[in-house]
Amino acid sequence: MAGLQREVDPEYLFSGVPRRQVFITGSEAVAEAVKRANADMAIAYPITPQSESMHLVGDLFAQGYLKDYYRGENEFAVMAAVHGASLGGGRVFTATSGPGTLRAMEMFPVWAGSRQPIVCAFMCRGVSLPPSIQPENIEMAMLLDTGMLMFHAEDAQDLYDLILRAFVIAEQPDVHLPAGVFVDGFFVTHTRSAVALPPDDLKLPAYDPRRAPVPTFDMETPPIRIVRDPLLNKSNFISYSANASWHQEIVAAAERARKHIRRYMGGLLEVEDPYAKIFLAASGTAVSQSREALKVLRSEGIRAGLIKIKSVRPFPTEEIVAATAHAELIVVPEFNIGGWLAREIKAAIDNNRRVVGGPRLFGGMTMPTELIVNEVRNALDWSGAKRPDLRAGI
Amino acid sequence: MSTKIITPVAEFAELLPQEYKDLVAHGPYNERRSVRDLGTFKEIVDEHPHCAGCGVALAIRLLAAALPSPADTLIVGTPGCSFFALVQAALNYSNTAFGNQNAVASGLKRMLQIRFPHIHKDVVVVAGDGGIADIGLDLTLHSWFRREKITTIMLDNEVYANTGGQESGMSRQGKVLNMAPQGKRFPKIPVFELAKVSGCVYGARVTVASPHRVGRAVRNAILLAREFGSTYVQIYTPCPTNMKFSPDQTLKVARKAEKDHYTHEEFMSAEAAAYLARLKAESKEMRE
Repeated sequence: MAGLQREVDPEYLFSGVPRRQVFITGSEAVAEAVKRANADMAIAYPITPQSESMHLVGDLFAQGYLKDYYRGENEFAVMAAVHGASLGGGRVFTATSGPGTLRAMEMFPVWAGSRQPIVCAFMCRGVSLPPSIQPENIEMAMLLDTGMLMFHAEDAQDLYDLILRAFVIAEQPDVHLPAGVFVDGFFVTHTRSAVALPPDDLKLPAYDPRRAPVPTFDMETPPIRIVRDPLLNKSNFISYSANASWHQEIVAAAERARKHIRRYMGGLLEVEDPYAKIFLAASGTAVSQSREALKVLRSEGIRAGLIKIKSVRPFPTEEIVAATAHAELIVVPEFNIGGWLAREIKAAIDNNRRVVGGPRLFGGMTMPTELIVNEVRNALDWSGAKRPDLRAGI
Repeated sequence: MSTKIITPVAEFAELLPQEYKDLVAHGPYNERRSVRDLGTFKEIVDEHPHCAGCGVALAIRLLAAALPSPADTLIVGTPGCSFFALVQAALNYSNTAFGNQNAVASGLKRMLQIRFPHIHKDVVVVAGDGGIADIGLDLTLHSWFRREKITTIMLDNEVYANTGGQESGMSRQGKVLNMAPQGKRFPKIPVFELAKVSGCVYGARVTVASPHRVGRAVRNAILLAREFGSTYVQIYTPCPTNMKFSPDQTLKVARKAEKDHYTHEEFMSAEAAAYLARLKAESKEMRE
């Protein structure tokens, strides 16, 4: 019951209390997270595959877990309304998908520029490239430089965990930035899996606007005259400089999020078999497929490790450099045509010819493990190295 | 808001600019001010970088003076000319993306109702004709359909002024403007009429040539939005810079419009009318 929930320390909710396993969809996992998030308000707009999550959040409102909820008129309006609600000093949640993300695009830098800890779930799907409602995460590439924190969930368990952790990380006074929790639509949202949940009579502590590093927009928080001289529309060095330093502060705030991500998410990435020479590096459901591919590779006597990237923004540059220091081959399977994760990794490490971007699946195509395995085999053949323990020289 | 939050500590007081000290001592936060009192108190908008003779700047000055509770008023706007004075107003003002204002105001109003259930926090959209009638029309109408308890004020200069004088949906038919090199081919968008059928409980069409009327319309609109739902005020704010008339002719242009295509009109729901009548009777009683 909503009225009987009690606020507990986030770490207790995350790992201090025994969990019970349930068999639910990714969409239901979103609702389970929002139920325990102590959110004030959520605003929704339908789009497949996101809709079901926000229906369930609507049900939570009807049950008293949220204080307000409505269906907006389009995604731009929803993201704008969420911005307004957050300005008013409360905790807000919304979600969208693919074309909805693009339609709302103008608002994401506004959230970051206004230093708002809005949490938005992105149930990624194709955009009109050509039109597709099927799973792929090209929209993530388009959000990389909006200033928001970006966490990529592998499965429903991750999705549940990351949404709650996103609120806590995003709301840290030295961060106070929006956080997107991304998941590959359908694969996770529409399938059932085992998710371990803490009791639902526990919730996060309420958002405290007095801890915000920017004044709340409520005519209660000084200074009421926020801007004496507008940064915008002035053609002089001072205004450019003020704008630039504010912008830099957003980037710096995302940097400061790293320590909180390590604390609450156990790191920006996870590494399996750190001494391997071959790695599969992935985020989202491509991680799950990589786990399957690893089994095949190992059965063939090829030793390979796994790098699961959980935080895409901030990007785990140092961690990847360290994890791949002795790697000779890094294969990056992705659910999009652009290969944004491979680009990110290539930009982070030296000798980036070690990175093979692929396989890339999109338009709803699934990622059979053979494709990942073949990518590794091909790279090894091409390098002339038949055995992974020999230096591949690629 | 309590004036305590804007009152500086003694050690800091001397460091503040005179205009800030004036706001604390003689601002409009403590006692009710109106358009009639202009010149007798420290206004929340004073300096601004608008062009000479700007109708928008005048309308903002009037509406700022007419706010029933400036200490609890939050203005949401858009980029554009209205930005210039509002960003320097001594109240919370936000503008972000062009056209999102009524959605931002919807979310903001609802959150403030959650956080301050016993205080009227007035959320007022102040934006130009381009922001409301063109790029923000769908969000404006939907906020009205939803009966959001916000006031929308259009500063209608019948042109995109800040970007250099382009045609807007509110420009008059036939007017030659940038992006309408052969003259505008369709009439003004009937936003005022749309307000009537879209759920607004109160609407007023006024010009800056009638300052008291502007003040009354703004006050009525905000008081009624608190109780009943969306309200709309459309103010004609002539633009000397883009319409190429002398800056000292603004009021004359507005006065002429008032007789011509910008006649005064007001509508309100029956319950809104009853409420205003009750307020009037109460304030008369208090005076007597």
